[in-house]
Amino acid sequence: MPRLSDSEAVIPVIKFDSVVKRYPDGTTAVDGLDLVAPSGQITVLVGPSGCGKTTSLRMVNRMVEPTSGTVWLDDRDTASVPAAQLRRGIGYVIQQAGLFPHRTIAENIATVPQLLGWDKRKARQRATELMERVGLPTELAGRYPAQLSGGQQQRVGVARALAADPPVMLMDEPFSAVDPVVRAELQNEFLRLQSELDKTILFVTHDIDEAVKLGDEVGVMRIGGRLAQLATPAELLAAPVDDFVAGFVGRDRGYRSLGFRAAGDLPLVTEPTVPLGADQAEAAREARDGWVLAVDGDGRPQGWVDVRQLRPGATVEPELLHRGGTVAKENDSLRAALDAALSAPSGRGVIADGEGRLLGTITAREVVERIEAQRNADEAREPEPAAGGRE
Amino acid sequence: MIAYLQDHFQQTVERFYTHAWLAVLPLVIGLVLAIPLGWLASRYRRVYPGVINLAGLLYTLPSVALFVIMPSIIHTKILSPINVVVALTIYTVALLVRVIADALISVPADVRSAAVAMGFTGLGRFLRVDLPIAVPVIVAGLRVAAASNVGLVSVGALIGVNQLGSLFTEGFTLDVGSIVLLGILLCVLLALILDTTIVLTGRRLTTWQRAVS
Amino acid sequence: MGVIWDYLGNSSHWSGPEGVPARVLEHLEYTFLALAFVCLIALPLGLFVGHTGRGSVAIAGTANALRALPDFGLLVYVVLLISGRLPADLAYLLPAILVLVILGIPAVLSATYAGIQAVDPAARDAAKGMGMTGSQVLWRVEVPNALPLILSGVRSSMLQIVATATIAAYVSLGGLGRFIIDGQSQRDYSQMAAGAVLVGLLAIVLDLIVAGVQRLVVSPGVTGRFRTAGPRRRPVLISSSQEGSVVPTT
Repeated sequence: MPRLSDSEAVIPVIKFDSVVKRYPDGTTAVDGLDLVAPSGQITVLVGPSGCGKTTSLRMVNRMVEPTSGTVWLDDRDTASVPAAQLRRGIGYVIQQAGLFPHRTIAENIATVPQLLGWDKRKARQRATELMERVGLPTELAGRYPAQLSGGQQQRVGVARALAADPPVMLMDEPFSAVDPVVRAELQNEFLRLQSELDKTILFVTHDIDEAVKLGDEVGVMRIGGRLAQLATPAELLAAPVDDFVAGFVGRDRGYRSLGFRAAGDLPLVTEPTVPLGADQAEAAREARDGWVLAVDGDGRPQGWVDVRQLRPGATVEPELLHRGGTVAKENDSLRAALDAALSAPSGRGVIADGEGRLLGTITAREVVERIEAQRNADEAREPEPAAGGRE
Repeated sequence: MIAYLQDHFQQTVERFYTHAWLAVLPLVIGLVLAIPLGWLASRYRRVYPGVINLAGLLYTLPSVALFVIMPSIIHTKILSPINVVVALTIYTVALLVRVIADALISVPADVRSAAVAMGFTGLGRFLRVDLPIAVPVIVAGLRVAAASNVGLVSVGALIGVNQLGSLFTEGFTLDVGSIVLLGILLCVLLALILDTTIVLTGRRLTTWQRAVS
Repeated sequence: MGVIWDYLGNSSHWSGPEGVPARVLEHLEYTFLALAFVCLIALPLGLFVGHTGRGSVAIAGTANALRALPDFGLLVYVVLLISGRLPADLAYLLPAILVLVILGIPAVLSATYAGIQAVDPAARDAAKGMGMTGSQVLWRVEVPNALPLILSGVRSSMLQIVATATIAAYVSLGGLGRFIIDGQSQRDYSQMAAGAVLVGLLAIVLDLIVAGVQRLVVSPGVTGRFRTAGPRRRPVLISSSQEGSVVPTT
């Protein structure tokens, strides 16, 4: 699909300049926030409840007015533009979607274009286009929000925010209200969308895993509304600036940071295989250490078979397959490769190509050797460890 | 007004008492009838639209029309107070059936399954789990019914039933506004008494149940 | 039951200024006049309180308080109070309409306020965040979603007005109540019964008309009545004039 953003238009930078939000009863929600959300990137604000991340987000489109300080969109002070006009140029997605129950899906999506005075047919066309883009079947256009599932409603919310093609998007926990499977799907689709669109996105979540997965940069905020650290996900995992950030980022940091390192060319071993339906004798012949890998007609790994469990005369059937092992793709991260090796019942991690066809296997030891080799190479290049957040 | 009250104290007290009786009896009978009907409608979804539509229909009819028609249906005399009681009972049932049905339907499913898991069955569960949870909503409905009944009973004066409404007709015929005002104040007083009683009873019922469970 | 037909069967009762059609028309006039004023006052007020949130305590309190007043008594009292000072032809009409309006306001006011308040806060937030002005949020989002409750408030109010207008015949108004009042004083039960039946029918017909309007005007996304496949939220009902008449209070 063609890129939606006009390459001549400027994609703004969001800048918080000493922004403070203090309420009349004395509580300080945001305490002197200085933050830049770079053009065309996803900046995630993450932190525990009460850290001011949502309040900060809502100060960009003036749903909350700052007590002091300025929020800039490029060189424009957001306070200098009439609020309604400002908001029509910013996409806004919230946790419960906030779809209008009394309007159809298509009408919901066409809301901002309608506000901007677009021609009705153009708005309708745009709605259909966006439905396809966010992965919604176009038959749903005439339905009402109450007829859609939670995941579908969230997609409509995103489509609605994109309708007038705003260069800036504000997203407040948009994927938190759905179940984990749907959430993962939505996150992946969102990353795909952004790769096509290049908008400046400020994204709020309380889930550090989501922040690390989606953010080009992640800002960790602490209770009381102060920014603790702003860094790329890899830096955040590798070098949290203090105990609070370390605690928030959580355990398994070393393991998770492997997700950001490409595996590169791993030394794979050719793995003997049997097709589905092969008999016990063939399986026993090909097996190493009691395990043999079963593949389908196209060479795609289906699962491991424990030949000691196979009775003479039996054939390799899908019900007999051990499905414990994960499969890593050839250009995947070290984390995926290590996980494939650790989860395989045979101890040999399955690596496949882009189409899912078997390339070979690798043991955990070999993956760790590669990890250590990379680390040695890094240390040779940078003798001092990187300090905490950088602006 | 004070003069009137002094001269007609006994009569006024009697009228007040009659009025109270005529307003409360339909409330009690209405509630007792509405609970099983409401339960039926909540339990059997196919029955729900029929019951609720019928209730809606009856509630739509102006009460004075019901007062007047009653004698020909139940063969009472025109100025019999029974007309008022029966008509207002129908009215109260019509109002409460829907309230009760909806309140029972909205008992959270997980509360219900927890009750079943703990061993509550049938009537026991209904009385000790569903109904107590529905009490606040039923109380709200009863308050509306009570206020409206007090006002409607006074209309009975038009068909000759002697209660506080008679103060209105008397005041009108004699062209003395203060008598009418007295009637209004006493009606409001009665309505307040009933309202407070209902609210307090409701509170006692729910705290008692909550303390037990 | 046959006694009702005695009066209605007599064709002379169907013509002239005291005939059935004339009385029906009078009754409708009173009803629509009062309802128009009720809506004129209560709708804007309810929208304002619902949208801005200001004055909600005062509204709830007044609505509840007015409910305790006996309609009949109020009618008689206001007529006695005012009619002396008015020219003859308005002497009874004005106070009666005034009382009908006062008694009809609470239903529309509390239903409108409740309806606006009940609109999904997320939808309101999204609407504002997308760049709708305050009045756009009110008219494009809040009102369409509050419509079921608002219309049920209007329905309740209308039925109350029809009923009270019937009683108003006692204070010399026209309308269908005349048959009941005159029938009482003339000891003509069949006339009373005829009036009762006619008023009952009128109420039902008006109620069905508003129900029809409700179905036409309210978006299917709000009622849950979908034409295409999809989950139904609750059973389909024909008449629910009770919605909004019981506004749960603490």
